[in-house]
Amino acid sequence: MDSLILKTGTRLLTALMLVFSIFLLFRGHNEPGGGFIGSLVATTAFCLYAIAFGVTEVRKALVIDPKILSIVGLALSLLAGLMAIVQGDMFLTGVWSPAYVDGSSALPLSSVLVFDVGVYLVVMGAVLTVVFAIEEDKL
Amino acid sequence: MAASAARSHPLTALVLVLPGALTVWFATMLPTVAAGETIRYAVDWVAGLDVALSFYIDGLSLLFALLISLIGFFIFLYARSYLAGDPHLGRFMLYLSLFMLSMLGVVLADNVVTLFVFWELTSLTSYLLIGYNHTDPKSRRNALQALVVTGTGGLALLAGLILLALVAGSFELSAINAAGDAVRAHDWYLGILILVLLGAFTKSAQFPFHFWLPNAMAAPTPVSAYLHSATMVKAGVYLMARVHPSLGNTEVWLWTLTIAGAVTAVWASILALRQTDLKPMLAYTTLMALGTLTLFLANTSEVAITAVVVFILVHSFYKATLFMVAGAIDHEAGTREIGRLGGLARLMPFTCLAAALAALSMAGVPPFAGFIGKELVYKGALAVASEPGFVAVAALAANAMMVTVAAIVAIKPFLGPKGDTPKKPHEAPWTMWIGPVVLAVLGLACGLAPALLLSGLVEAGVSAILGLDEPTSYPLQLWHGVNLPLVMSGVTVALGALLFWQWPRVRSAIDAACRRLPAADALYDGCMKRLVDLAEWQTALLQTGSQRHYVLVVFATLAAGLGVTLIVRDAVVLPTAMPQVAFYKWAVVGLIIAATLVTVFARSRLTAICALGVIGTSVALLFVMYGAPDVAMTQLMVEILIVIIVALVMLRLPAFRDDGHGDRTGHIRDAVVAIGTGIAISLTLLAVLQYPLDRRLTDYFEANSYPEALGRNIVNVILVDFRAIDTFGEIAVVAIAGLACFALIKLRPGRRSAAVEKEAAASGGDD
Amino acid sequence: METVLAVTVGVLVAATVYLMLSRNLVKFVFGLMLLSNAANLTIFSAGGLIRGEPPLVPEGSYVPDGVVANALPQALILTAIVISFGLLAFALVLAYRAYQELGTVDTDEMRIAEPRPEPRTPAPAGKGTAA
Repeated sequence: MDSLILKTGTRLLTALMLVFSIFLLFRGHNEPGGGFIGSLVATTAFCLYAIAFGVTEVRKALVIDPKILSIVGLALSLLAGLMAIVQGDMFLTGVWSPAYVDGSSALPLSSVLVFDVGVYLVVMGAVLTVVFAIEEDKL
Repeated sequence: MAASAARSHPLTALVLVLPGALTVWFATMLPTVAAGETIRYAVDWVAGLDVALSFYIDGLSLLFALLISLIGFFIFLYARSYLAGDPHLGRFMLYLSLFMLSMLGVVLADNVVTLFVFWELTSLTSYLLIGYNHTDPKSRRNALQALVVTGTGGLALLAGLILLALVAGSFELSAINAAGDAVRAHDWYLGILILVLLGAFTKSAQFPFHFWLPNAMAAPTPVSAYLHSATMVKAGVYLMARVHPSLGNTEVWLWTLTIAGAVTAVWASILALRQTDLKPMLAYTTLMALGTLTLFLANTSEVAITAVVVFILVHSFYKATLFMVAGAIDHEAGTREIGRLGGLARLMPFTCLAAALAALSMAGVPPFAGFIGKELVYKGALAVASEPGFVAVAALAANAMMVTVAAIVAIKPFLGPKGDTPKKPHEAPWTMWIGPVVLAVLGLACGLAPALLLSGLVEAGVSAILGLDEPTSYPLQLWHGVNLPLVMSGVTVALGALLFWQWPRVRSAIDAACRRLPAADALYDGCMKRLVDLAEWQTALLQTGSQRHYVLVVFATLAAGLGVTLIVRDAVVLPTAMPQVAFYKWAVVGLIIAATLVTVFARSRLTAICALGVIGTSVALLFVMYGAPDVAMTQLMVEILIVIIVALVMLRLPAFRDDGHGDRTGHIRDAVVAIGTGIAISLTLLAVLQYPLDRRLTDYFEANSYPEALGRNIVNVILVDFRAIDTFGEIAVVAIAGLACFALIKLRPGRRSAAVEKEAAASGGDD
Repeated sequence: METVLAVTVGVLVAATVYLMLSRNLVKFVFGLMLLSNAANLTIFSAGGLIRGEPPLVPEGSYVPDGVVANALPQALILTAIVISFGLLAFALVLAYRAYQELGTVDTDEMRIAEPRPEPRTPAPAGKGTAA
């Protein structure tokens, strides 16, 4: 679609949405948000970008192929689950940084966060894979 | 296998180590078991269900274990030469080894579930072995028949064993047998008995399930010798002996086994005389032996059970020998037809020697073990609890015919003028005659020194079947003095000789009579055909290949199931008053319903997609109103993405032609099912809402979300911590869905899309 | 309100079934979209409706203040939405590819996996002529 207004607006909107999606992802554990919602916002942003500039541009912007993204996400979530096993807990038990637990650090580093990032990547990667595949299939 | 020069790979000899070592191992247990002790070994398997992988060795199991491994050793040796040069020899040896281990599992198992598993494994391996010549349709059919018959019996057996375990309060056979009185007094006794006997009768080919065994002779001869004479078919006999202390000693047991055994024994002997091929002839005599064993297991007298144990041993020795002899003749002469064989004694001296020794044992001539067996059979027959006269006559008739068959098998191929055989016969390699000779000589040795070689094992076996603590048995002697059994033995041999002399005439008479009788085999074929017809009928009924039909059946069943349950359980609740709901909520609900109707009746796809968007957004609004911001946001984002994907796909799909419900009747039918399902779901939901909410999980999550999982957003904590495995599974599904879509679109066989698309576009344009 | 939602769910299900009974694959997919909404609303209303407060633990507290909405059905629905989205995407792509290969969106014409038992007419069924 070749529209100057759309293109100009999209540039701004996409950037805003991506920042918002990261914000949603990281605040998800304590406020409404989380990996699912964050990734859906990001996906929508990329779709919007694809409508305005074409899939090729989005692929360039993404650098990594969305398929790979979804698989990396899945591996990340698996890794988050395995962290607990290393500690001797059940698979996927939350593991927290000791500094955060005893209150000496405000940084909530945890395997749960890694898991949520994995969810984020999987959903975004999978949906973008589908959208790109259909879009690139010539009419 | 045609070229006798073909050699098996030397490494295949390694497979002999297995039965050899097992034989030695079991032999070392002999003194312990003969002293009346038992050995038990168990590991937990499914602890929650009381299922253990447990094994139990007493006289009965050791008797069978020794037979299986010892005969197995000679069969393995024999099979290597018999199938020399066969490209699938390795596979054959694998099946045979698997079978041997399964069979050992059956006879050593203490837990009934363990027993059942091994029991089924013997059926499966037997299927593979009978169907070994898989290019022959007859071989495949007979393998399937054996599997179907024994498999059906196996199912009955499973039910019977589980009931038995429940009644006796233990899954271990040793404990079940100790609770015999309780089992016999229980209301379920008859049911258990029927189920267990169904399993035993099908496996041991008792009348009326006898037909599969002769057909199983389609297997290579080593298999027939091993499975279908010495071991597997005796599993049923073993089972009856094993449960004898708990299920035996009742009138039903006595008469069922007596009648089935007697009919099988006599009928099989008659059919044996009808055959002209060595293998089927021997197969029928095996049936006769199984019938005799069943007949005597009906009883509880010491002499009858001693007869059973001795006969099991003796029969295994001579029958395995004779089968191997028949195989050797087939291997060297190229035929097993009695009419075409003759004068082989000079050409195959060792085979002939084995055949002669085994046949004498089979005919029950002193001083062979077969004589002791037969004497005991007659003594047992005269001592039975049912009808001594009937049993004695049946045993006599069957044994006389056995003498005839023994004579036919040992005399016809070896004596007389040289036959006209396809191959020029010569002696088989030593590996093929050593087994028969050793087993036949064992038969002779056991006859000469029964007290020395047999007593210990037989006594332990008898006491195991009778459930006694001390090893005991009827004394085993070659010479009992002149008494009724001896007279009967004499009559048997005389009658057998007479039948042998008149065999051609007898054979044609039996053959003519049999042609008029309905054959069980044909009955089986009829049943199978009906079954296939039934399957075809129901497939045509349910699997119409029309997707609409499937959906219709699924939803109609759902609606009917829910509706009937609601009515039967009296759970239909109708709202009595107009619910008090704020105006704006009515507006949202009204929007959803209106948009739904638009979606259904829209003539253009765009209208439908817009209406669907309205529904999704309204539902998101509902989520916002009722404290679910996370869900509402997700729903909204998904709605947007759905619109994008749907729009992308719809661009590439044709417009609606009609609504796709067919004619007027189709519309009405679909509407009725749709509205019915809707009402059923609504009523179900209303019924569910009558009950107070179970808040246990919610309370747990609310109380522990922050203290345990350090998260303040409970929904997200559930997703990524409490129920993270669910979420992990979910994202895996999403990732796979994405990859599958990619594969569907991008990876096409040969990318022949250009032509197809042109054609598709053309047809789409026609619409 | 639960009663109203129960009736609404009934309407959604009826519409779903009616659409899925259509021969047209596109209508079937629309039915699928409605179905996920119906299922989510079912779980939502069966989990009890509580006005207002989302299930959050306020700062400085260890448990939620007062009565909050039931978190469990919300978590279930959240997963369900994403899963049914994945399913829908796959169904759409499948319909699209089926159309490309078979030249029709009429499910009664798609008989490759389960061909009709006896061909009623021996006429060769070309791809384009089917529609």
